[in-house]
Amino acid sequence: MADVIYTRLIGARIRSQLAYRGSFAIDFVSQVMAQSYELIVILVLFGQVTALGGFSRDEVLLMYAFAGAAFGVADLFAGQLDNLPTYIRTGNFDVLLMRPLGTLPQIMCSDIRLRRIGRITGALAVMAYALSHVAVDWSPAKILLTVATPVAGAVIYGSVWVVACSICFWIVEGREFANAVTYGSNAFTSYPINVYARPLRWLMAFVVPGAFVAYYPSLALLGKQDPLGLPGWVGWTSPLVAVLAATAAGLVWRFAVRHYRGTGS
Amino acid sequence: MIEVRELRREFKVATSKGLRRNYKTVTAVDGVTFDVGAGEAVGYVGPNGAGKSTTIKMLTGILVPTSGHLLVDGVDPAKQRRDLAKRIGVVFGQRSQLWWDLPLKDSFDLLRSIYRVSHEDYRRRLDECVELLGLQELLITPVRQLSLGQRMRGEITAALLHAPELLVLDEPTIGLDLESKERLREFLADINTRRGTTLLLTTHDLDDIERLCPRLMVIDHGRVLADGPLDELRAEVTPERELVIDLREPGPAPDVPGVTAVRSEANGLRHHLTFRRAEMTAAQLITQVVRQVEVHDLAVVEPEIDDVIRKLYQRQVEQDAHR
Repeated sequence: MADVIYTRLIGARIRSQLAYRGSFAIDFVSQVMAQSYELIVILVLFGQVTALGGFSRDEVLLMYAFAGAAFGVADLFAGQLDNLPTYIRTGNFDVLLMRPLGTLPQIMCSDIRLRRIGRITGALAVMAYALSHVAVDWSPAKILLTVATPVAGAVIYGSVWVVACSICFWIVEGREFANAVTYGSNAFTSYPINVYARPLRWLMAFVVPGAFVAYYPSLALLGKQDPLGLPGWVGWTSPLVAVLAATAAGLVWRFAVRHYRGTGS
Repeated sequence: MIEVRELRREFKVATSKGLRRNYKTVTAVDGVTFDVGAGEAVGYVGPNGAGKSTTIKMLTGILVPTSGHLLVDGVDPAKQRRDLAKRIGVVFGQRSQLWWDLPLKDSFDLLRSIYRVSHEDYRRRLDECVELLGLQELLITPVRQLSLGQRMRGEITAALLHAPELLVLDEPTIGLDLESKERLREFLADINTRRGTTLLLTTHDLDDIERLCPRLMVIDHGRVLADGPLDELRAEVTPERELVIDLREPGPAPDVPGVTAVRSEANGLRHHLTFRRAEMTAAQLITQVVRQVEVHDLAVVEPEIDDVIRKLYQRQVEQDAHR
């Protein structure tokens, strides 16, 4: 029953966006373009070198595509958290609190950005290309892994988004920080993590579990050893990491809303 | 319906001094106690920053009290926010709970799902509101194209679709033109008397109180200064009323025992007379005045609600000083 409500809320947002068809089309195209700029960077890079951290161009493209698809889906649902400062400042967060629903799902359903589908489409196209050019020893489990990776990745990104945006309950203009974490981690996860310096690698791989979005699942899919020495099964744990991340994000959000209502510190 | 005991709410406010940041505690609501029975209509008034909105936010479960006891329709708003949301209706005059880009009807449909109202109940309640508030033509209009008055009628309908026993309204008539205000008041009075819906509303408009609320609560500096019928409060704190008369010909003010001519204007064409409520009625005074002078027009001026509140506040300060 509850899910029906959220489906309806999402449906309502989609209808409101179709009220502005022109801007939808422009946004859609600009999203595809934004996604391809990053692609061009990778292609130019591989015009100069043949491998990056021990990975070929098409292998890097696979990671880039996994990360892009996951980020696109997360953005579709969690991107509207960018509006949280506005909700808080205008008092519209109070309106969410006076309804018999959770605040987080209400915000997530408040503005499905359909134009983000442009980003997802681009990422899926690159994924199709990369998968047909890298050597994968296909098995049913690996097919499942390929499908599960963008989904788990989206949940991980979404959780990072929720945690980062929760800061807005303390510092209303904390959005810049939140954006640095969310958009920053997207840029990070598009490349093999062994090319980064160790502190950054640790931060972005395990504190913000970005390495589980694309890097480790790609290793498992390609049947490659982790240059950093983690065992091969790590690549299969992304869904578990996603569940943990989502749980943590839910707790942080609850804590933040409690602070807003005044029971917190 | 509402039970409030020694309700307090403090806020920490940052005070910057150079680079150092200090926090001081501000008490927005300071030991408020009152009861509202089922079916009552209560006006909750006070100057800006008096603690009205903070009280409303605690009653509706948005804010959690610092201390004190609070029960709304048998539910603790702080702990059972969602439970409470299903039982009460809330209208904020300055925010909207409607979907901006969608037709009004779509917002109502969504709220039906959110509050899990059955199709029959929904249709019946919506039809009633649509008829009484004249919303027929507006149902297919996107909310963003509605005027403020039209939107407020939509907001009130939205708050009533789940048939709450208690309707809380925060400045429902703010910014509305006279006609819209009157229409809204009529509707609210109707659901209060006919359906028995309990009303609690904050307002700056004395007419709202006069039309709607047999009971008035005045709050200032986070404390309830007075609680009772408006007429009683007015009589109690402002014993003097004023009669303004316009004469046909300029002349001196009429001389009536117990009446003070406080001021004259327009070279003696207009006079302001004050008289004590307890000593005579306006009708008695007018009878005496027209015997003495030829009156062109007259008006009885009641003290403004702001005056009443200011007097109440002064009285409170004096009482505190005596203790």
